[in-house]
Parts: sequence; C-alpha cells; structure tokens
Amino acid sequence: MDEPQNPATALPVEMPIPGADEIVLNMGPQHPSTHGVLRVKLKLDGERIEASECIIGYLHRGVEKIAEHRSYQQFAPYVDRMDYVAAVSNGLGYCEAVEKLLGAEAPPRAKVVRTILTELQRIASHLLWLGTHALDIGALTPVFYCLREREEVLKIFEKYCGARLTTHAFRIGGLQYETYDGFEHDVKRFCDDFEKKVEEYEQLLTGNRIWVGRTKGIGILTGEQAIALGVTGPPLRASGVKWDIRKAMPYAAYDQYQFDIPSGQNGDTYDRYLVRMEEMRQSRRICLQAIENIPTGPIMAKVGKVLKPPPGEVYHAIEAPKGEIGYYVVSDGTVQPYRVRVRPPSFINLQAFDTMARGHLVADVVAIIGTLDIVLGEVDR
Amino acid sequence: MLQEAYFILSNYIWQIVDGLVIVAIFPLLAGYVVLLERKVMADMQARLGPMRVGPHGLLQPLADAVKLMIKEDIIPESADRAIFWLAPVLSVFAGMLSFAAIPVGPGFLIADMNIGLLFIFAVSSMGIFGIVLGGWASNSHYSLMGALRSSAQLVSYEVAVGMAMVSGLLLAGTLSMKDIVGYQAHSGFWLVFVAPVGFVIYLVGSVAETNRAPFDLPEAESELVAGYMTEYSGFRWALYFLAEYSNMVVVGSVATTLFLGGWLRPFAGTPAFHFLDYAPPLVMLGVTGYCVYRIPKQTGWDQKFIMAIFTGICFVITVPLAAALPHPVAGWQAGVHGAFWFIAKVMAYVYVFLWARFTFPRYRFDQLMQLGWHYLIPLSIVNVMGVATAIVLHREAGWNPVVSIGVTLVVTVLAALWLVRAGERREQATLKSAA
Repeated sequence: MDEPQNPATALPVEMPIPGADEIVLNMGPQHPSTHGVLRVKLKLDGERIEASECIIGYLHRGVEKIAEHRSYQQFAPYVDRMDYVAAVSNGLGYCEAVEKLLGAEAPPRAKVVRTILTELQRIASHLLWLGTHALDIGALTPVFYCLREREEVLKIFEKYCGARLTTHAFRIGGLQYETYDGFEHDVKRFCDDFEKKVEEYEQLLTGNRIWVGRTKGIGILTGEQAIALGVTGPPLRASGVKWDIRKAMPYAAYDQYQFDIPSGQNGDTYDRYLVRMEEMRQSRRICLQAIENIPTGPIMAKVGKVLKPPPGEVYHAIEAPKGEIGYYVVSDGTVQPYRVRVRPPSFINLQAFDTMARGHLVADVVAIIGTLDIVLGEVDR
Repeated sequence: MLQEAYFILSNYIWQIVDGLVIVAIFPLLAGYVVLLERKVMADMQARLGPMRVGPHGLLQPLADAVKLMIKEDIIPESADRAIFWLAPVLSVFAGMLSFAAIPVGPGFLIADMNIGLLFIFAVSSMGIFGIVLGGWASNSHYSLMGALRSSAQLVSYEVAVGMAMVSGLLLAGTLSMKDIVGYQAHSGFWLVFVAPVGFVIYLVGSVAETNRAPFDLPEAESELVAGYMTEYSGFRWALYFLAEYSNMVVVGSVATTLFLGGWLRPFAGTPAFHFLDYAPPLVMLGVTGYCVYRIPKQTGWDQKFIMAIFTGICFVITVPLAAALPHPVAGWQAGVHGAFWFIAKVMAYVYVFLWARFTFPRYRFDQLMQLGWHYLIPLSIVNVMGVATAIVLHREAGWNPVVSIGVTLVVTVLAALWLVRAGERREQATLKSAA
C-alpha cells in the first residue's frame, strides 16, 4: 500500500531554497480580506505572483453527509448554512430539486413569492459583495451604504419568516407562511428607493480613476477559460458568455418576467463589477414586475407530511447570486435522501483563482478574491 | 557655573516651557485627532461613531490610551529585540522633534532657526527609519514588505514634496518659518494664491509621505494585514500610531506656514475685514453654548458632569480670545488669536486628509510609483521653473506680478495636462499589451 502523502509536501507551491529570489507568502486563513478562512499560498518574485494555491477546508462541516441522516424536510435548513449570505437562493434550489424528485410543483402564488424573495436575496448578496470588495480595495465608505440597504432587504425577510440570515423561507412543495400584510408595499418601497442608491454607488466608484486603475485589466478570464474551468454566474457573464439559468432553463416564475442578462467583454475585475451592478438593477426590475400581480390561491402543493420520493435521481440547478448552484439528489425510496451532492458556485469559481492571479501583484490578490465573490461556508460545506 | 545656568534659564525659559507644553499635551492632541477622524468617518458613513465613553465619545482617547498602555508587551521570538525596541521610539521622536520649529503663533515658537523649514524636512524624514527598522526587526514577511514599500514610497515622494516647498521658498526668499509668514503678511498674499500648483503637489505628496489613504500602502490593511506594524502591539503600537498622527499635524503645520499664511487671519492686511477678529471668540462661544445645550441631554449625572467640564474648557479658551479683542495685532493678544487661526488651518488641512481617506480606494504600489515619478516629480520641476521665471520677469524685467505669475501658471497647467495625456496613452498601451 502506498504511504499516505503528506499534503504539505504535495503542494505545487513549495518553500523556496534559502537565498533564492522567491518568497512564499501565506495569506490566511486569518487574514482580513480572504473573506473567512481561505488560505492562499503565494509564490512571489518581489511582489509579483508566480504561482498560487488555495487551501480550503477550514470550515468543512460535512453538510452533504448530514443530508443522508435527515429527512428531506429536516435537511432544508442546512442548505441555508452553506452560502449564508444568500440563504434564500440555496433553499430555493434544494426545494425545487426535491419537488422535481417528487414530481410535485409549487402553486403559482408560491412561485411568484419565491421569485421575489430570491431576487431580493440576490440584491442583498451583491450589496454585501460590493461593500466588501470596495473595502478590500481600500474604499472604506461604500460598505456602510451597502449594509444600510441590505438591512432593508433583511427586514423584509424578518417580517416574512422571522429570520434575517439563515431564513429557511421556503418549504418543499411551496411556502410555509402566507405573505404578511404590506409585503407588496415594503418591496415596492425598497425597489423605488433602491434605484437612486445604485446610482450613488456608481458615483462613488464607477468613474473613480483609482477604482478603474485597480480593477481594469486585473484577473482577466477569457470566455473559453471560464467555460473550461466551470466558472458560472457574474464572472462567466463578464467574460462575454451570456449564460444565465434564469433564461436558459427557467425555474420558479422567471419565464413570466422581462429582464436582461448583462454581460461584459474583457472578463476583468472591472467588467465583473459592472455586470453585478447591472444585475442589481435587473433584480429590482423583476421584483417590481412580480409584485404587480401576485396570483391568489394556495401556497402549498399537496406533498404530504412524510416525503417519500420514488427511487431515482435528479439534478436541479438555479442561478444563485454567485453562480449556478446545483443539487444532485438521489432517493432510494426511504424518507432520507440516499445522497445529496451540491454543486457550489463559490467552490468552482475559486478554481479560477490561480489562472486569474498569475503575473499580478499581491495587492491584486484581494481584488481577485473579492471579485470572485466567494463564501467559504459554501466552498467548504 | 551657576551664573551660566542662570543665564541659560533666564534666556531660554520660554523655550523650555513651550517644549514641556508640547511634550505634555501633544499625545493628548493626537488622541483627539483620532477621535476627530472617527467622528468624521462616522459622519460620512451614516453612523454615529464613538458615543459611549464620555458624552459623544469625548473620553475615548483617554480610554484608548489607558487600554494600550496596560496591554501585554509582546516581542516576537525571532525579532531583533534591540531594533524592535528602538524603531517606534525613533518614529515618534522624529515626529515630535519637528514641532520645535513650528510657529503656532507669533510668540509661540520653540526654536526660531534660520533653517527652520529644512530642519523640519530633515527631521520628519527620519521617521522613515522607524518604519524600515521596525519592519525589518519584526522578522515577518508582511512587515518586511510593508517596510520596503514605505521606503520606496518615501524616497519617491520626498522629491516632489521638496520641489513643492522650493517653489514657496523661492518666493519667500527665506527658510525661517517665522520669516516665511512675515513675507506673506508683508506681501498681502498667501503663497497658495501665488504658487497654487506647488500647494497641490505638496498636498498630494504629504498624504503619501504620512502613509495616509489613498497612499497607505505600507500598512494596507486588506493586503498586508498591518504592514510594518503587524507584529507590534500595546504601547509600541501606540507609539507608531502617535507618530503617524504627529506627522499628519506636522505636514499640516508646514503647509499652513508655507502656503496658507501661518498664524495670519484671512485678509489680515485689509481694514474692511477687521470684523473677522471677532470670529475666534464668537466661534468658541458658539461651541460653549452648544455644549451647554447638550448638558441636560446627557444620560446620567456622570455624563452631565463630564459634558460640563468640556463646556468649562471651551469657555476658558474663549476668555483670552475675547480679552485679546481690543488690540489683536501685537503681544500676547496676537499670540492667542494667531494660535487660533493656525490651529484652525491645520485642522482644515487634516480634514482634507480624512476626507480623502474615506472617499478613495487605495492605489496599487506600482500605480503609486507611477503617480510619483511620471506625474508629480516632472510637474513639480516644471512648477519650480515656472515660479522662478515669474520672479525673474517681475524683479528683473519689471513685469506686473499678476501677469508674470498668470503666464507661468498657464504654462505649468498646460504641462500638467500634457503629462496626464501622455500618462493616459501609456496606460492604454500597457492595457493593450496585457490583453
């Protein structure tokens, strides 16, 4: 039997020979701008990156394994803890995957409410991304404005389901709760205010010479590279590939609404920034269309109290704020899933890090980590 | 021997007192600049800032100082202990020594050297040794990179800042801080109106020299954790912190003296504006009144009491300002009014620093170098030549001063625009080659 390889010596980024020009710099797992517990090993020539390696797993909780010991409904709150800044999107993906397995479909009213909440979540997630990304690049102020607006979204969530972050807003088959009185009003007021706020952020950053200098031409990812690496979400679209599951394989109620898929050309950090800014505007547009006409009727499909899907397997993917989040659920006919495999966008987008970072400077590492918009809870699961 | 001692004491007693005052109140002042920074930051970011320690956080600096002093003193095992100990002391030493030559008011100046400006320039540059040595002695990658960055940054921006100073010196014709202000009083124009380009270069360069955002690369938080200060904690860290804020006040004071008329009141030579003499006591009276208004709004008798103390301090400052009103042109009366205007100008200058910090993202290191070498240094050289030409045109060829300065200013601005155009072309070329 082969000896187990020591992971430390198996790394491509090895300690240099003393006296060589390169140094190896460990960024993280405790570093202010690696967004949690990411550890990046950088091989540097001066400040220029020659090679890099992301070391993950510091936040591994075995979420997928937990699924095999819980009933279908019991597992639903766990997915909220993966991408904890976009819990609603995670929940939607899981609920729809299980519904597909059951052959059930959520009623129209549930679908529309799900769409509204998911789009609000996309705005909240992008706001947090914008704030922290700007903070990493050194702009101290936008993060507070972003959190201020995100707070409004979280208030809507809180009013709807009592929780702000890990909401568990949806149930398999529809919704647990009816919308509260004034839900449409709250969403409309948020959307009306929000347009001006996005303008404000753009005023602070978009034309700023320092911001442009720090983001343009940084971390370039061509369309082919992005596809080859499996990158999805805004990073893929910024590279010029117009791929959005909301349009390509509509789920929830997205086929009923008008919206555009923003895309970039250069695939650099600046384009990814512009794409996400435009996505926030499009999400607002979807929300405004959706609250115009929320159908009446039941909010829960008849799926029964005990879920026993027929044996089989299903893969269902949705467009989460960070990219394609997919659930591959296998049922063996019992009340517990045989296997739940998650395709997390952050994990797969993080693979592109080395491609994007090579040849850049240490200062660009934080810009690239920020622009990938990773959440370590989802990377490690 | 005794006679000599008596002679020194009787002649230099005021310098010694001034020195003691600066050493005693200076750390406190720096603490309150920090509080000001946090309040300004909070104001720009839709928050309140420190509110808990004392009314409106007025005791926060004291609490911070106590906390930092009683923290555990950690020296990393692999650090060079002697240099690790020396470095922050050197930094703060350089910052405080510069104050010796800064004229706060006509009478409040520790050492009126004939090379005052050169002295400040030399001494404050010594602070960089503290940063480089501290980064080296910590024996850590982040510290080392922070130290290297700051040494490169300082060397680059020293040139531009020096050149900007030269443009002011050419006009004033003296290095003595007192005489520079005297020249501005005599000519009736602050030098910022005569050499505006020099002032702008000094403003940008001094932000870079004090390692403040958007040029705070040596301590770039999101990249290098804390740069050269990464391994420092407790009181040593506080010394670095003190040095940073003292440098801020020093560059503000130099800018005020050289470009903004030092202790002079705005429109000091124009009789029509003499009513401005009423501004200092009225402003302080207004602050006192606001404090009185806030006293009953504080919760708890202790907060009310502290607010009342601060009200008293404001009032105590108001009294000499008001007492000096009848004759605020000479003697101690001019001193207190001069100090008021000087501190107000320095604070305005520092406010610009804070404003920039909370507005701009951070430059990348190569971009920072580019800004220094490709824009500021060439422009500062053009500016010095322009100012020199204007002086020659005025004094030798007998041109009207406004015309000669206007002409050279237009040339300098055109040169600046050309530099920007050339820089943009270069940027596009590099972007193209990268893609």
